Amino acid sequence: MKSLLQKKSTRNNLITYGAVIVFYAVFQTLATTGSLKSLYKGLLVPICAYVILAVSLNLTVGILGELSLGHAGFMCIGAYSSVIFSLATHETIKSDFLRFLLALIIGGVCAAIFGIIIGVPILRLSGDYLAIVTLAFGEIIKNICNVLYIGYDSNGFQVGIKDSSVQLAEDGKMILKGAMGASDIPKDSTFTIGIILVLITLFVVFNFVDSRAGRAVMSIRDNRIAAQSTGINITKYKLLAFTISSFFAGIAGTLYAHNYSILTTKKYDYNTSIAILVFVVLGGMGNIRGSIIAALILTVLPEILRGFSEYRMLIYSVVLIAMMIYNSSPKLQGIKEKYSIKRILDAKKRAKALGENEKEAE
Amino acid sequence: MSFISYLISGISLGSIYAIIALGYTMVYGIAKMLNFAHGDIIMVGGYAVFTIGITCGMNKWIAMLVGVVVCTVLGIVIEKVAYKPLRGASSLAVLITAIGVSYLLQNLALLIFGSNPKSFTSVVSVPMIKLANGELTITGETIVTIIVCIIIMVVLTLFINKTKAGRAMLAVSEDKGAAQLMGVNVNGTIALTFAIGSALAAVAGILLCSAYPQIIPTTGAMPGIKAFTAAVFGGIGSIPGALIGGIILGVIESLGQAYISSQLADAIVFSVLIIVLLVKPTGIFGKKINEKV
Repeated sequence: MKSLLQKKSTRNNLITYGAVIVFYAVFQTLATTGSLKSLYKGLLVPICAYVILAVSLNLTVGILGELSLGHAGFMCIGAYSSVIFSLATHETIKSDFLRFLLALIIGGVCAAIFGIIIGVPILRLSGDYLAIVTLAFGEIIKNICNVLYIGYDSNGFQVGIKDSSVQLAEDGKMILKGAMGASDIPKDSTFTIGIILVLITLFVVFNFVDSRAGRAVMSIRDNRIAAQSTGINITKYKLLAFTISSFFAGIAGTLYAHNYSILTTKKYDYNTSIAILVFVVLGGMGNIRGSIIAALILTVLPEILRGFSEYRMLIYSVVLIAMMIYNSSPKLQGIKEKYSIKRILDAKKRAKALGENEKEAE
Repeated sequence: MSFISYLISGISLGSIYAIIALGYTMVYGIAKMLNFAHGDIIMVGGYAVFTIGITCGMNKWIAMLVGVVVCTVLGIVIEKVAYKPLRGASSLAVLITAIGVSYLLQNLALLIFGSNPKSFTSVVSVPMIKLANGELTITGETIVTIIVCIIIMVVLTLFINKTKAGRAMLAVSEDKGAAQLMGVNVNGTIALTFAIGSALAAVAGILLCSAYPQIIPTTGAMPGIKAFTAAVFGGIGSIPGALIGGIILGVIESLGQAYISSQLADAIVFSVLIIVLLVKPTGIFGKKINEKV
């Protein structure tokens, strides 16, 4: 046990799990004793969903080093596929828990399948092209979800892209109504399930990063050509990371969609993709714990500062620009090193140690 | 007859995409970055003309001139403040900054002008033409857009190939370091590129708002992304490529809207992008660059 704890990454991961569990314990107690305002109670599940989204996007942006602007698209696939499933089986599967478990698996797997479909061609591209294609993909998904009409009756399912193309028998029921989306979704998401999903996501992502595959992915990020020349199969590892990332986006979409009774594409657009990107950038690219903290703060803060909400997106954009320039500008690197807090603290420690040494000498 | 009228409106829309795509393609060719904020400069141009020409009631020529100047200055300022410190940084950092700038412009416009659409009066006073016994009408906006697009293409091609500043641009896009050694002012050239690109965005913004007479803070976002698609289609870095790519894309969008589904028009355009990148990632006129270690 001791040797396990001595490993720095393991210790760090355990701290993160612990922090999540403590967070859960505190807020679950507050919620059950009724001392949490209903406004904040309603935020608990979305926070879990955003944390999963931020962690999974960090896998693509921070670990793989490719910019994806279509994360909300995968979330959208997860949300729509799972909601269709939940509504279709609402009467046949009585157990809420079992139905939601199946919905989660379906949401995640559908998103992962799309991740593979979209990943195989586009991961050969790099940099800016990948960003624009994922953006385009997110828009395509949103467009298609907006025109989809799905209904079922005793004869089976009917799918169409026009209102008139779905003709149901009398016992039929519409599930998706184009831009109107779906309604009467069973509210299966709970804070407890959300936290369990967060922990599963963290477990998978941490282990992936520390595994052989994760090391390969990071080597591709740092130098693609060098990685390739040591025999790493670039496409395979890129695709693996991208698929895991989209799987968890689908899970988050499922969790998020089952928290509200109505589903439309509005919550799954480009703005959401950018908001998730802001979580990742603010938390530090490649830093999983940072993503969690940033997602938490940036979800709760706008609700506390209600009067401030008009400026929220404005502040997001300024934060994005400032963080990128501060962290990446070649000219600022020297200044940063000179005034870094760590260095100043180290210098103080050294001065103190020196002083003590001198005293001893006396 | 309806097919021809869809085709013409597609060419007109495509001409606007082509003008926007020029800005993308020039900046990409020289600074090797995707200027995400380019689409939002279109919107700024539209709002500038709206404020001067309609709210303040000034002459439309003055309004248009102010619009172009505002966008040009904005383009240079964005380059100096946001992109210049990141020269030499990873492309991921530059791209995220560009997205930040795009978002900043959209949200500033949202705060200043609100989210309600403002109705824009067309600046074009050319009468519409009726052909084939009135079955086919071509609006003045369409004619002006196509003519302006052709003029811009010709002038820009001459500028780049014949003038000293234009040749400096070519040199910088070819090899930044070597150009600097030959005495080319690299920073100045990059700033000039941003200025020209942004001025073109203002022109595109005026034409776009005249053809679809309303303006909201996200007016420029979609056309911006589609114009980038057009630039990729034609081969990024190539001026004739931007023209051809823009027009093909405009026609595809117009015909798709008419014959397939108006709600799926965007999806069709973006599918084209994905297919192009799969089949020929360098585009129609693009050059293949081999990676050196």
